[in-house]
Amino acid sequence: MTGTQIAFTLNGRPLTLPPGTSPTVTLLDWLRGPAALTGTKEGCAEGDCGACTVVLEQPDGARLPVNACLTLLGQLHGRAVRTVEGLRGGDGAAHPIQVAMAESDGTQCGFCTPGIVMSAWAHGRQGGDLHEALAGNLCRCTGYRPIVEVFGALADDSAAPPALAAPGPARFEAPGQVFHLPASLPGLLALRAAHPGAWLLAGGTDLNLRISDHREQPAEVICLLNVPELHALEATAAGLRIGAATPYARLLDAVRAEMRLSALSGLLARLGSRQIRGLGTLGGNLGTASPIGDALPPLVALGAVVTVASARGMREVPVERFLTGYRSNDLAADEVVVSVLLPWPPAGAHLGFEKISKRHDQDIATVGAAMLVRVEGGVTVEARLAFGGVAATVVRASGAEAALLGRPFDAAAVAAAAEALAGDIAPLSDWRGSAAYRLAVAQGLLHRLHLRATRPDLPAEVAEIEEVA
Amino acid sequence: MDGGQNLPRVPAEPGLPRKGAGAALRHDSALKHCTGEARYADDLAEAPGTLHAVLVHSPLPHGRLRGIDAAAALAMPGVVAVLSARDIPGENDVAPAGKGEPLFAESLVEFAGQPVAMVLAATRDQALRAAAAVQPRIEPLEPVLTIEQALAREQYVVAPQHIRRGDAAAAIAAAPRSLSGELRAGGQEHFYLEGQIALATPGEDGEMAVVSSTQHPSEGQHIVARVLGLPYSRVTVTCRRMGGGFGGKESNASWIAAAAALGARVSGKPVKLRLTRRADMIATGKRHPFLYRWTAGFDDTGRILALDALLAADGGWSTDMSGGVVFRAITHALNCCDVPAVALTCLAAKTNTVSHTAFRGFGGPQGALLMEDVVHRVAAALRLPPEQVRARNFMGAEGNGSELPYGQAVEGDLIARVWAETRRDADWDRRRASIDAFNAQHPTLRRGLGSMVLCFGISFGAMHLNQAGALVHVYSDGSIRLNHGGTEMGQGLFVKVAQVVADAFGVGMERIRVTATNTAEVPNTAPTAASTGSDLNGWAAHNAATAIRGRMAEVAAKRWSIAPEAVVFADDRAWAERVGANRFLEFGELARLCFMERVSLSATGFYRTPDIHWDREKMRGRPFFYFSYGAAVSEVVVDTLTGEHRCLRTDIVQDCGRSLNPAVDRGQIEGAFVQGQGWLTCEELWWDAGGRLRTVGPSTYKIPGSRDVPPAFNVRLLDGAPARSETIFRSKAVGEPPLLLATAVWNALKDAIGVDSLDLPATPERVLMALRHKG
Repeated sequence: MTGTQIAFTLNGRPLTLPPGTSPTVTLLDWLRGPAALTGTKEGCAEGDCGACTVVLEQPDGARLPVNACLTLLGQLHGRAVRTVEGLRGGDGAAHPIQVAMAESDGTQCGFCTPGIVMSAWAHGRQGGDLHEALAGNLCRCTGYRPIVEVFGALADDSAAPPALAAPGPARFEAPGQVFHLPASLPGLLALRAAHPGAWLLAGGTDLNLRISDHREQPAEVICLLNVPELHALEATAAGLRIGAATPYARLLDAVRAEMRLSALSGLLARLGSRQIRGLGTLGGNLGTASPIGDALPPLVALGAVVTVASARGMREVPVERFLTGYRSNDLAADEVVVSVLLPWPPAGAHLGFEKISKRHDQDIATVGAAMLVRVEGGVTVEARLAFGGVAATVVRASGAEAALLGRPFDAAAVAAAAEALAGDIAPLSDWRGSAAYRLAVAQGLLHRLHLRATRPDLPAEVAEIEEVA
Repeated sequence: MDGGQNLPRVPAEPGLPRKGAGAALRHDSALKHCTGEARYADDLAEAPGTLHAVLVHSPLPHGRLRGIDAAAALAMPGVVAVLSARDIPGENDVAPAGKGEPLFAESLVEFAGQPVAMVLAATRDQALRAAAAVQPRIEPLEPVLTIEQALAREQYVVAPQHIRRGDAAAAIAAAPRSLSGELRAGGQEHFYLEGQIALATPGEDGEMAVVSSTQHPSEGQHIVARVLGLPYSRVTVTCRRMGGGFGGKESNASWIAAAAALGARVSGKPVKLRLTRRADMIATGKRHPFLYRWTAGFDDTGRILALDALLAADGGWSTDMSGGVVFRAITHALNCCDVPAVALTCLAAKTNTVSHTAFRGFGGPQGALLMEDVVHRVAAALRLPPEQVRARNFMGAEGNGSELPYGQAVEGDLIARVWAETRRDADWDRRRASIDAFNAQHPTLRRGLGSMVLCFGISFGAMHLNQAGALVHVYSDGSIRLNHGGTEMGQGLFVKVAQVVADAFGVGMERIRVTATNTAEVPNTAPTAASTGSDLNGWAAHNAATAIRGRMAEVAAKRWSIAPEAVVFADDRAWAERVGANRFLEFGELARLCFMERVSLSATGFYRTPDIHWDREKMRGRPFFYFSYGAAVSEVVVDTLTGEHRCLRTDIVQDCGRSLNPAVDRGQIEGAFVQGQGWLTCEELWWDAGGRLRTVGPSTYKIPGSRDVPPAFNVRLLDGAPARSETIFRSKAVGEPPLLLATAVWNALKDAIGVDSLDLPATPERVLMALRHKG
């Protein structure tokens, strides 16, 4: 049966929204407006400050912090959300995390605090690096020290995950709007063929800015979140098959568990924030084809292949051909990205997946780089160098690659490649960096690759320096 | 205070009082912040019929406003009105000091982002969409976008101010060596997490009640009254708390309040004006960027004998509070150093940029950068450690003077002490050696060590602002209601002032209710700014509380037939002659007795800072009640391939006098340091060639995140140093001074890459380019 009303669980209680509720209202606006739950704050409405952080409670017990400003009501159908108001115990007592944050001077103005508390609640269960857990939450008052201390001493609570049934296909209508939630690939492809102008919405961390920030009201949306075929995450003989709607959070977990891709985990851990990775998808980055998408240079350097489908059939496209220009790609109006095959890097290759930005965490790349250099018999036999942020789309540095091939991978070769790189890329100047800086950094990253290859005993970047005594 | 939330932390830090002044109590709203129950202006329930206002901004930095096409917007659903300058019943002027700063542009637009109109609609979405449809017709004029351009045209919002001592030019000529330098420092967006907001509700007879996120309710009241043409008595401004202020919610909050009030006046409905982050960033002022040009004369020991310097601020299109920023920059340009002969000139240039405004430090941090640049370049020229050159020039050091060139003396012993203690805490010599060893062996990474010593004057530069009022009621059940002119923006002012009152009455904090700042309760107040919040309001509240306490003592004394002076207030009781005596009254019992005896239990308190004066003509005087001192040492690591850098460790010793609340003060020090670190490293405001700000949200404007905080961050309050001036309980202000300590990070970066100067912010790009430039 096709659902016609948005239904989700809020703070442990099932809820069905009235017919006609706009499915493209952001969760943040809905919480602060009709739901009168004002604990969740708006700091930026662009997914960068974290003041609106709420948690999606997964049936497997996982807790995904997400930005309520970038989450639409329609995307929540069949899911469970917890807000800061939902942390109190049954007896009305504040949650131990709330008490700890208060007792530790973790608040000053308090405006960022509800979002930080929600990130902490998720982190208590998810674990991992605490700065990674905090990357999506900005605090302007405290200097973070007390907050970091609270995050460092978190314990999980025993709150049980919600029991959620997989929702069937749904279609929500509101005045002037239709929001489709297909539940199968054939269903999706049929909808896409019928509505080629509709927004194709996965996590929405880019697309939903048009609503949160620019207040657009899309007439037609096809949401990919409930199509199981798009959620693949499978190690095959050829490589890792990544469903287009697999959130980066899951991809990062998989990459961390896969030795062959471990070099990629550092970069993926800096893609957005936990809030962004909870929703954002590789399919989305390919769909928007932005040259500064963090994940695209690795796809190009590793020679990923994109599988696209339509009601007419499926086809496979090498990612370099898929990305055709500035925010443009080789996707027909009736097609969707189904998955990406990320080939395993050749054994023994030198790999560098780098991102240079003004701030280490949760920033957009000034320059992104993915570099693969394979040396056999003392000479470089394969070089694949992909750069983002230096041209209209992610580019291969063919001149630099040629400068490396067929000779030893030594300082002289790297210097020659760096020189050739100037002819490969055509960066622009903007607020993230000047053209001259972008070139200098791209060249510097070639040297860093060489440093990593030749001096694995040394820290290769500032983030690797241990705390000083 | 709030429902018993404010019990002393357990375990209490050893040696600290557990209640009253000096106790490390947590923020009064801490738990409510964490549960989401603390209410900010946008969280209050909206009255039925509330309209939403959205501003329309000029897309151009300079031009003649020929008209505003609003027909399309007016035809959109929900739109009630499009207001502009001609709808203003009073004066179209929101200048906080002086005249000539229109709320809505009239004939001239002077910066990209300037409000030209405002849409009122039934919902915020409707208002946002309609505002995008309003078309201002602007005939472009050539903009002035840089300080250099403005200097060439001698175009100022604050004309050059001078402080001179001796004959600097002659002393430079006579000095064994001389050196010139130029430096640029960028501005800074406040990035309070809660954006600007005001909610105005019209009342009877023209009354207007405004809930405003403001550091200066009285100014909000005055500007609303000016724009609406009302006497101040008809306007009430209230603020319970802000989601951060940092100076950005002084004059900027006032015009936001006035715009909301104008909407309410015209429509007759409550009007909420809440800026989007983008609007907030393009239309509200920031920290002043500065350009410095200087020449110094010095000797081979590093003693700086003379300094001739220009400090040119970018004031933006209007004066706003630039006069105060110029004052503070020029009075802090020597920071902690003595220079016998000086010729300092400071001005604020007029550019077609948003009007720069107050930001934590208010020109002080920018002033202090000058001396640090001088010290570091002089040290490089002499191949001496910059720390040695700075210490050679410390005020009060042997052979040096301790009077600033405008005539006020500082405490040289405290300068020497904070530096010596910080250097010791930081284990300077050992780490210097280990850093040099690291640098000798690593192919691409370079570590560096830097320091900062600060000397910051406390008091408003505008002498009349150094006053405060408070209103205290004791009710007949013994509960206490406290109100004062200071506002709470997260800095812990409310808890500190409550601690003062609790101390005065000898009662527990749970008895005291601090209430929202409100122009109807305490009138004619100063902004909560210049770090003076607890100094001023603490004394005012203390004066109110002790007035009531005196009356209560008389009632108790009469009952016990003792002298009123012999009544002691402690442990929530009034005691006859000593604590623990067998004659006592519970505080509530005594309050009830006072009521029965018809004795007033309400009092106002007032305070004016004594012994300060400033001659604006001569640029001389004693403008500061006292100085605050502090020092920091920071270590950084830089990647010479990319310019990326990290601060690895920071040690701080900060003078807070006898701290009113060490927990709150530590939070202020840490927060200020990290905010200063952001200003000097990652926070970059970027205007395009057309004068439009392009860093308009957190995705493009990067404030520090948790990983940017030094992983080793050792902060200590200077021990055993009660204020020598008669401050409240001998405490000292702490809001702004520690922001200057982040200068240590800049100095460490220069050390790491081996350059003697580095323009700011020291982004990875500037660091890498400085390295390249050095060759």
